[in-house]
Amino acid sequence: MRFKFIIPLLLFTGVVTALGVGLTLKPGDLPSMMINKEVPEFDLPPLLDRERGLASSDLAGEVRLVNFFASWCIACRAEHPLLNRINKQGIVPVYGINYKDKPEDAKAWLDRLGDPYSRSGADVPGRVGIDWGVYGLPETFIVDRESRIVYRHIGAISAADLDDCILPVIETLRASALAATSISLPSFCQRTNRQFDLKSNLQTKS
Amino acid sequence: MTAEIGHFALILAFLTAIVQGTLPMIGAHRGNVAWMALARPASVAQLLFVTIAFSALMYGFVVSDFSIKNVADNSNSAMPMLYKVSSTWGSHEGSLVLWVLILALFGAIVAVSGGNLPPSLRTRVLGVQAWIAVGFLSFSLLTSNPFLRLNPAPLDGRSLNPLLQDLGMAYHPPFLYVGYVGFSMAFSFAVAALIEGRVDAAWARWVRPWTLAAWSFLTLGIAMGSWWAYYELGWGGFWFWDPVENSSFMPWLAGTALLHSAIVCEKRNTLKSWTILLAIVTFSLSLLGTFLVRSGVLTSVHAFATDPARGAYILGFLILVVGGSLTLYAIRAPLLKAGGLFAPISREGALVLNNLLLTTACATVFLGTLYPLFLDAIGGGKVSVGPPYFNATFGPIMIPVIAVAAIGPLMPWKRADLAGVLGRLKLALGGAMLIAAVVWYLVGGTAPWAPLGLGLAAWLFAGSLIEWAERVKLFRLPLAKSWNRARHLPRSAYGMTMAHCGVALVLAGIIGSQAWQVESVRLMAPGDSVEMAGYSFTFRGVRKLQGPNYSIDRGEFEITRDGVPVTRLYPEKRFYPVQQMPTTEAAIHTTWIGDLYVAIDESRAAAGEGDGAWSVRLYFNPLIPWIWLGAVVMMLGGLVSLSDRRLRVGAPRRKRSAVSEQPSPPEQPDPQAA
Repeated sequence: MRFKFIIPLLLFTGVVTALGVGLTLKPGDLPSMMINKEVPEFDLPPLLDRERGLASSDLAGEVRLVNFFASWCIACRAEHPLLNRINKQGIVPVYGINYKDKPEDAKAWLDRLGDPYSRSGADVPGRVGIDWGVYGLPETFIVDRESRIVYRHIGAISAADLDDCILPVIETLRASALAATSISLPSFCQRTNRQFDLKSNLQTKS
Repeated sequence: MTAEIGHFALILAFLTAIVQGTLPMIGAHRGNVAWMALARPASVAQLLFVTIAFSALMYGFVVSDFSIKNVADNSNSAMPMLYKVSSTWGSHEGSLVLWVLILALFGAIVAVSGGNLPPSLRTRVLGVQAWIAVGFLSFSLLTSNPFLRLNPAPLDGRSLNPLLQDLGMAYHPPFLYVGYVGFSMAFSFAVAALIEGRVDAAWARWVRPWTLAAWSFLTLGIAMGSWWAYYELGWGGFWFWDPVENSSFMPWLAGTALLHSAIVCEKRNTLKSWTILLAIVTFSLSLLGTFLVRSGVLTSVHAFATDPARGAYILGFLILVVGGSLTLYAIRAPLLKAGGLFAPISREGALVLNNLLLTTACATVFLGTLYPLFLDAIGGGKVSVGPPYFNATFGPIMIPVIAVAAIGPLMPWKRADLAGVLGRLKLALGGAMLIAAVVWYLVGGTAPWAPLGLGLAAWLFAGSLIEWAERVKLFRLPLAKSWNRARHLPRSAYGMTMAHCGVALVLAGIIGSQAWQVESVRLMAPGDSVEMAGYSFTFRGVRKLQGPNYSIDRGEFEITRDGVPVTRLYPEKRFYPVQQMPTTEAAIHTTWIGDLYVAIDESRAAAGEGDGAWSVRLYFNPLIPWIWLGAVVMMLGGLVSLSDRRLRVGAPRRKRSAVSEQPSPPEQPDPQAA
């Protein structure tokens, strides 16, 4: 009979172990597996009512952002105006991969908020996302001319992220004549504790 | 200078908490009254120091002292004062100080007004509270100091995200924290009782007001958060099952279960170890939420500040607090005298069922929130769990919860006659079926689950009112007598009726908005009209205005119904130059049966298409205001019930007054319910 009172403790031990392991995994470190590797092969159909889909072969030749998004993701909504601005000002082409979304929802979402994507593909089953190591949304990748992943940004992009990390990386990539084997990221990118506006503030929603 | 005073005050609070957590506890163990007596002044001192620290931080925000890093990161001189103030808790660091402030406030309330508690229990409760405070204060001081300086100080701050410069968003964290911290009180009582090795009905009576208060505020806090999502994110959604929302919803579910099991514990002196466990679990879930949101473990799912050092710290804290209390539970709970067995068909049987279902629902949310993490931890690859999972699992569990919520209150304690109870609910059943049938007839089978859902809501609403009518013997006694009975019903009975009716309203709102939202997205030029849901929307153009720290495009819509003017709506598009970010401010006209919701998106004149034409989104969201109406009714129910409790301060007096307050005959169902 006494055993049943230990059950909660055992369950908690399991949870804590998982949390501890999760902490060492640090989703922020995951890119190390993908960084400087060519993007995984894929060929996605277009979004509803759009003509062109997106395939891995489309990514060569120019520096681009690849953004994973979905209509069900709040943080995607938060970074969306910024993506629109990047697109409007022609800073860098943004390619979109619509992750685990209903086609009609995705279409309605882009119709409402504006479509910042030069090209986009629908990853309804989420396969491509898994290949890229996407853990949650939104995530944004910088892909170089050799279609290699150079940088992975997890979470919504803030204005500070764009100015102090993403844009400098893109500039460096564009400036280097040879395909850069490895570039040094601006220090801002490496801060594990990026806590400007959105990130630190959204957390108070807890 | 002020920042340094705040910093030192925080350190002093930390030291005070250490004293408060050790000496009185040792005193309670040894029976040393003088050492025990230290707990009360120490809690008051702790409150004083934390208040100084919090005020110092707030002062930094009010005067825009950008030499404080936290202010520079989260505020801006152009922001309205309201949001400067709310930025105090807008960041991770500041919100921790607010957490500790509320914790200290509650501790001081126990210290000052807990004269009726047995001294050893009071001392131990304060001691446990102090250890929680030590955990949070050291977390703040060691990893998240809000008073760090910047040298040189920037000319202006980075400003709060425009999406968050909003009343609902800025002011809901305090409510959530009161909820979380209130549960810490139930936790402290549980741990203190385990240390004492004694749990009785009186213990349950002390725990319940704290749980009730915490639950009421948490309800309001969650409702405010979802309300924000509804009008600020702008497409009629109000709940997204994201980990941040879930981490406030899990303690709510567990807390609701605790609220109900404490009644059994108090009335029947049984279910003790379960109630203790629920109190521990509820607060543990609050802590877990803090961990998930701030550690970065699930950071990629949504955007939070990530810092593994902080994560490790909270995890260690979690292990100490939860692991420690559960170990204590494993050792001590078997010693608690089990209460008598009881029949499954009885008031307590219904409450146990409620508990089982609510904890299952909570476990479902827990699993969905943490599943990606578990799978990742065992190397199973990466997944993301979305709303479909929650809709498929959580909904079906809540159906029996709501069905039983109408039946349970009509059952007497110990043994009930199910057939008799259901017989008294005939009217509710008839009403529910009638509503389901009418809805089915009116809207047809577009969403077949919707009429059933509304029927269920009607069942609970009618059932709760019938329970009240039974209690005052409405129409069975002369009205004057019923009125007299109604006046003498304990407030906790009204609290329960209100809370249950609130749940019914929330359910109806969710069903209605999910099933029958009407939407129209189109390009409109000034003068254009659109017909939707029986209303006519006429676009009158857009004017440019200037806000305090943003520019405005304000649209004007004239809304008529059958030619009769209903209202004018002014949706806005705002642009915040500091962040270069636009936000959408929807305009909403609320009626009893639904919201008219208008938002403007983009001017097409800029794109060279027509002049003055804008892309416009119009919605009719049926029943959706009922969600927030229901949540407010639930919260008020909690507060009404709480006010009943307050009348009975004092354990010995409590018993007498409890008797004198209930002149009702013994066959009367017991009024003590949620």
